[in-house]
Order: sequence, then structure tokens, then C-alpha cells
Amino acid sequence: MTENPTYKKKDFVSDQEVRWCPGCGDYAILSSVQMALTKIGKKKEDIVFVSGIGCSSRFPYYVNTYGLHTIHGRAPAFASGIKSTNPNLSVWIITGDGDGLSIGGNHLIHILRRNIDCNIILFNNEIYGLTKGQYSPTSQRGLVTKSTPYGSIDRSFTPAKLAIGAGATFFARTMDTDPKHMQDISLAAEEHRGTSLIEAYQNCVIFNDGVHDLYTNRKTRDDHCVFIEHGQPMIFGKDKNKGIKLTGSKLEVVTIGENGVTEADLLVHDQTDERLAFMLAGMKGPELPVAVGILYKVDDVHYDEQICAQVEEVKAKKGAGDMNKLLHSGDTWEI
Amino acid sequence: MQELDSVVIRFSGDSGDGMQLTGTQFSNTSALMGNDIATFPDFPAEIRAPAGTVAGVSGFQVHIGASEINTPGDEPQVLVAMNPAALKANLQSVKKGGTIILNMDAFTENNAQKAGYSGDPLQIENLDDYLVIKAHITTQTTEALKDLDLDNKSKARCKNFYALGMTYFMFNRELEPTLKWINDKFGKKPILAEANTTALKAGRNFAETLEAIPNTFVVPKANIEKGTYRSINGNTATAWGFIQAAQAAGLDLFLGSYPITPASDILHELSKHKNFGVKTFQAEDEIAGICTAIGASYAGALALTTSSGPGIALKGEAMGLAMIYELPLVIVNVQRGGPSTGLPTKTEQSDLLQCMYGRNGESPMIVVAASRPADCFDMAFEASRLALEHMTPVVLLTDGYIANGAEPWKLPDLSKEFNKISVKKPKKDADNWLAYERDENQVRTWAIPGMEGYEHRLGGLEKALNTGNVSYDPNNHETMCHIREEKVQKASLNIPLQELEGDESGDLLVVSWGGTYGATHMAVKQLRKEGHKVSLMHLKYINPMPRNVESIFKNFKKVIVAELNLGQMRQILNGKYNIGAKGYNKVQGLPFKISELVEAFKQELG
Repeated sequence: MTENPTYKKKDFVSDQEVRWCPGCGDYAILSSVQMALTKIGKKKEDIVFVSGIGCSSRFPYYVNTYGLHTIHGRAPAFASGIKSTNPNLSVWIITGDGDGLSIGGNHLIHILRRNIDCNIILFNNEIYGLTKGQYSPTSQRGLVTKSTPYGSIDRSFTPAKLAIGAGATFFARTMDTDPKHMQDISLAAEEHRGTSLIEAYQNCVIFNDGVHDLYTNRKTRDDHCVFIEHGQPMIFGKDKNKGIKLTGSKLEVVTIGENGVTEADLLVHDQTDERLAFMLAGMKGPELPVAVGILYKVDDVHYDEQICAQVEEVKAKKGAGDMNKLLHSGDTWEI
Repeated sequence: MQELDSVVIRFSGDSGDGMQLTGTQFSNTSALMGNDIATFPDFPAEIRAPAGTVAGVSGFQVHIGASEINTPGDEPQVLVAMNPAALKANLQSVKKGGTIILNMDAFTENNAQKAGYSGDPLQIENLDDYLVIKAHITTQTTEALKDLDLDNKSKARCKNFYALGMTYFMFNRELEPTLKWINDKFGKKPILAEANTTALKAGRNFAETLEAIPNTFVVPKANIEKGTYRSINGNTATAWGFIQAAQAAGLDLFLGSYPITPASDILHELSKHKNFGVKTFQAEDEIAGICTAIGASYAGALALTTSSGPGIALKGEAMGLAMIYELPLVIVNVQRGGPSTGLPTKTEQSDLLQCMYGRNGESPMIVVAASRPADCFDMAFEASRLALEHMTPVVLLTDGYIANGAEPWKLPDLSKEFNKISVKKPKKDADNWLAYERDENQVRTWAIPGMEGYEHRLGGLEKALNTGNVSYDPNNHETMCHIREEKVQKASLNIPLQELEGDESGDLLVVSWGGTYGATHMAVKQLRKEGHKVSLMHLKYINPMPRNVESIFKNFKKVIVAELNLGQMRQILNGKYNIGAKGYNKVQGLPFKISELVEAFKQELG
């Protein structure tokens, strides 16, 4: 590998004016990702951002790398073609809860299944923004929107469960109000070989303001989120005195120092444990905190490496292709 | 022994009877013996439709000749019917006076009932006009194989080779090519090789000793242009044309595709040739098929997607995106009977307007069509060349008929042809380069990820002239629509002039396009022999059309457009050139017969 230049954040800022609504959570995510790009050790020309349609999907226009703004829901498919053609590229997919889980649900599960080495950031604001305020597949039941004036009757997706069910090898959760965490998770995603799915809690100030407030507001965040780390006990709370304990097959919140509970009783995070990841994926308020951080990460074969390896294997076995030989293969005759 | 100039044979039986294999063996042997050939596999959409029913009949028609053969023939002179359903499905098409070989073992009451006969088929059907050869093909096959250590079911399965052997005797075919094929195929299972070999020879010997075959025939070698030949079907030729195009352009080939009849064989064929740097991606759906291909194109591969009508409908949005990106891409539509799911295994030309116009907004696209099985190689290469040299998606139209049909192909000399495609890499240094700056043909350049300094973003939103930045400016939008249309039309400077078969003026100009060439060519040839002033203009470049097309129309009193749809090309030509062309149209899922065209053109001549 040739030596990589050192970048500053401004190197990843394009000349295009950013056009999200003032106060939109997207700004913070953009900034965190641009910071992360300075640290991933990739050259600018070897990075590609791919998006579908929606507010978040304008993202590639604002990052000064290669980029594709594609069609609704299909970004994972475009990214799969890019990465299969040139596995050296660092490929980032930007999507939202509508783009990625509704119209593009099929492509999302299949990129996860194939485990193509891309990083997906799913901006989850539980609403359609660009089409101006309809409910999404992650909206809570009962949500009143323009298309559900009497309340949504849809059940909702939990992206983490969907991802783990589809065979994801990396799933992490982060939020727009914690730029440092967002940046760390982005770096971990880039480092992971295979598809990394990051769900970012993101606030839509216009159509669903405050939807994640309990978890993302600095005042309430510490009591309602547990920031998990591999190998560490699950401790949370403003006073760092609450923890998650596994009782039977259920997770429960305990307080350290009460009823004889010590740190040793707490659940230690193992990011390679699929069953644990699934339990963490389902944690939600008000009884339980939501899990933030890398819920699941395992190593497995990834498609982009395989597709190239197979070409090389066949070349080694059959020799490089010779068109004349192919034309004359099998039965031919002279006239 | 009687000499024939040509003969049409149809092998027909149940889907599981191995008729496609039998037909292919007969065709390949005939080609190796120097005949010109054309084949027409005709099979049900169901893998195993209810056994014994007419719906489950699988047929393979082959036309072999001592002179030029361009179609699988209008009417079979020989029908091999392995069961009552095969007789029922095909009898009406067999030429009067022809020969019908029946597998009597399958003519049971039960099978007759399944085929829809209310009694004995041989009594119900009037077979007086035919020479009927009754053979107990199944029992004689198992009898011939009685000493082999095989179960009866496996023995009975060899009956298609027994039937093949009978026809080999009738037409003096050499056994060697098929014996070699059997050995290659069953080399690892010698007992099966022996069983099929024995069945083939037994069938041949049976026919020789049977007095019911009064005459045998010989079809002499055809007088064909000198060269090395092989037999090829359209889907294989398409796949190979793309491999050659990638070689000529110095690029890797990427196929993003979702299985669909009758296009899947292109995916299968390309998947075999990874040693040419070919990557095949079987996507989760049709949309992902094209989207992965567009991604591959952005990353610098020669990219394509293959499908048929229903799949193309799903790809429409992404085709428009590739068009506005101005990236090279080939979309192959192996047309089948429509609308909707339609007739998956049958042929039609009814996706022309879909491919020309089936997208939102002003979305011009280059469209080309292959005329016969081997021509699929040429046109796959041409589609790739135009996509790369004009930085735009190109639709290649073939159809189920030429995709599955086979013919002898004079192998091209790749050192002299099909060897050069120029790729539009940026010439300017990165500081002065703009993503949508164009040359005199309105073609932009292709910078790919990994190229330092050329980082740029492509999107589906309207682009500002030259820079490609998002623009909502009304006048810019109109300008861009004109530029993209002009770019497609300028490709007419990079395609051959339209050829005309026959005189440059006359009473009637027959226009055809795509896979109907064999039939229209033969029909026009016959009419000209009879003294009619008819010429043929067969189109392969549909959008843009060759520059001389308009001037050709002027010298003919009448124009008739023959196509397998309700008049789609006629609509384009009348709209574009205002020529008042009439149409000869057929939508039966079947190819044209030469005789019906001759009659239709005669009627038009008055």
C-alpha cells in the first residue's frame, strides 16, 4: 500500500451548499463522518459514498470523495456492484428508515447476507422527511402523521433484530447528539471486514421532533442508554450505579449496592454472542435502557473478496481466457 | 436412396422424454456433416407439466439443407411422436405426405385420455395422408438393454436415443458425433454410456431391418462459404460477444442479473468464463441486477444486465438513472410473449416500444437488435461498443426464438474484426476536468474511483451543463434534455449504413427487424425469384437508425413492416418518416413461416 496523505476534515467537505433544515440531526452525522474519514487510512480517491433517496441521501453531494446519489432504496445494490468490481475501495452507504427498511428492505437484507465489505449508516428518525411527513417502518404504532391522521396501525421494525436475523456480521447503534461516539463507531465499522450496519438515532426537527429525546438528550441519555463495550460489564446511569443483569432468560435493570448486587453480578458484553445481541437489540424503555455501541460483531467470509478470489482460482486452473480457443472449443468443422 | 435439398424434422414427446437432447444431437450431427441448419426448440414453461398432457409436450424442430437454410422450416416432413399428446399437438402442422414415427408403447388408453382423446388416437385422427411408422420404442429399448445391470426405469429412459437411431438411418446420418458425445457426457458412468450407445445402434438397426421405411434420404453438403464453423445458439453467442467486447476494450466484464426465461442461459454461460475476468452477480431481484451493473460501470467495468420483458419493466427506473448518469451499460432483453408474465417460453417482438420509451421523462436510449443466433455475437459486441464509445446505456433486443435456436456460425477472425473499442478515459488533467464536459458528439468522459483528483458525485437529479452539479434551472433542464437526445442520435455517425437486399427501387419494400430475418429474407428471395419487384430492409440499429434509412423509403411504391407484435416498428417508422407503411403482424408466440409472409407480401403487391 502506498503512503496515505494526512487529511484534515475540510478535505472531505465538498463545494456544494448543504441544504438540510436548520437544526437537522444530519449535520452532526455529516461532520462526525468527515472527521472519521481523516482517520481511516484511505486515500480520498479510494472512498465512495452511495445513497438512495431521502433527506439523508443527499449526503454524498457534501463529501468530497467519489459518490453516487442513486434511486430509492437501491443503494446497497449499487454499492455491491462497486465493491465487487474494485474491492480496494472504501464504500459507504447512506440510507434512512424509509429508504433502507421500506422500499429498499430487500437489498438491505441481501447485502447483509452476502456480507459485502461496506459501511451502512442508517439514519433512523422514524418518519419520512423528504416526502413531507408520512410514517415509516420504524414509526411507533399510533403515530399521527399526514398519512395516518387517526394514528398508524402498522407494527414497526427494530433494525437491529432485522439485521441480526438477516445474518449481519456487524451491527452498532449510535446517535446524532454524540459526535465522538458516532466517529468511533464509524471507524470500527470501517475496520470491520464485511457489511457494517450502523443505526444512527437522528432527529427530524420538522416532522418528528424529539422522537429519540429520551435516549439522545444529554439530560436523560445516561439513565436511558447503556453504552456497551466488548468485555465490559453493562453499567449505566448518571451515577454509574445501574447495570444490566441476566436473570433466567430475561434482562433486568439492577442497582449496584442494592440487594447485595455488585459489579460482578452484571452482564459482561460479548459482541460475538448472537443470542445476547438479539436480546440487546430488543431492549427499550421505559423499563430497560436501549443498548448503544457495537451490539454484534463477528468475522465471516465476505462476498467481495470471494468474487475476486474465484476469478483468480479459475484463471489459475484454466489459464487466462483466450477467445480464439473458446470459439474453437467443442465441435467445429471446415468447409 | 433419395436426395433431398432440405428436410424438416420435429422430435416431440413429454417434457421428460429428452426431446431437446435428441433434436440437438440430430442438428449437430447434420451440421458436422456439412448441412446448413436452423433449429427451433419449443418447450412448455413448466419444468414437468402433467405427464402425458398436451401442455407437457416438448418439441424440437430442425431444418437441415444442402442449400441456404434460414428458418427451422414451416412444416415438418417427419414427426417423431413419443406419446399421444405429441401427436395431438403436432399433427396439424405436419406436411401432407410426411412420415410420422410413433412410439406405440405410449399409446395406451390412459395416455390417450390424458392427451384429451376419447378413444384410440389412431382411429380418431385421420392419418391416411401420412406414412405412419409404428414402433414399440420403449419395450424395444429395454429389450436391447436387457443384459445391462440397470433398473428398468433407467433403461426406458434411453428410448430417445433409440428414436434418434431410427432417424439416423432414415437420413443416413453418421453415428460417430453422437457416440463421441455420449462418451464425453457419461464417461464417468460407463454403464450409462453403454446403455445409450446400445439404444442408438438398436434404433438404427431396427429401422434398417424394418420394411416399413421404404426409402431413406440423403441431404448433401450445403454450398457454404469456406471457413471454420461451429453450431451456436443466440444466448451463447450473446455471452461470447460480451466477453469479446470486454477484451477489445481492455476491461473486466460484470453481469448483474436475476434468472428469467428465456434469458438465464446468458447468465449461465458467462458464469463459466471467469478466467476471462468475468464476474457474474446473481442478484436478489431484477432491480438489483441492473443496479449492481450500474455500480460496476461507475467503478470501471464493462457492465451489463440481462432479462426479458417483465424484468425490463422492473429495471425501468434504473435504466433512466444510467441514462442521466451517462455511464456505459448494456441491457439485454431476450423478448418473450407478453404482456405481463405472458408466454415465457415463446417468442415475440412486443417489447420494442417498452425499450424505446418505457421510462419516465425524456430518456433516450440506443437500441439495437440481433437478427439471427450467430448475429447475437456481433450485436452484443456492437451494443458494448456503442455504450462505451458514447457513454450511455444501450438496449440489445434478442428474442426467445433466436436465443434458443441454433445455426452454423462461420467463426470470425478476431485479429481482423471485433477487436477495437475505445474507452472514454479523461484526457484533461484533474484540475481542468469536468464530469460533464463533452466532445463534438456530446460524449462525456469516464473517470472512475481510484483516479486521484477526479473525485466527483453523480446523481439522478438534473445536472448543470458541464459541471454536473445539481441544477433546478428551467432553461438548463431543457438544454440537458436536448443534449442527451442529440448524443444518442449522433451515434448514427458510428454505425454502418443500412443494407438493402434487392434493388434500390421497386413496388414493395419489406421492413423487418430483429429475430425475424431468416423468414423475411427467404420470403423476399422467393418473391424476387418469381419476378416481383420486392426488396428487404432488415433493421438491426433501431435507435438511432442508420443515416440512409429515410432515403431508401423514397424509391418504393409501398412499404410493409412485418413483425411479431401489433405494429410497434410500423408506428415508429410512420411517426418518424411519415411513410404510410402497412403492417403484417402476428402475436401467437410463434415465429413467422416463410409461406405466410410470401402470401402477405403478394397480397400487398396486388
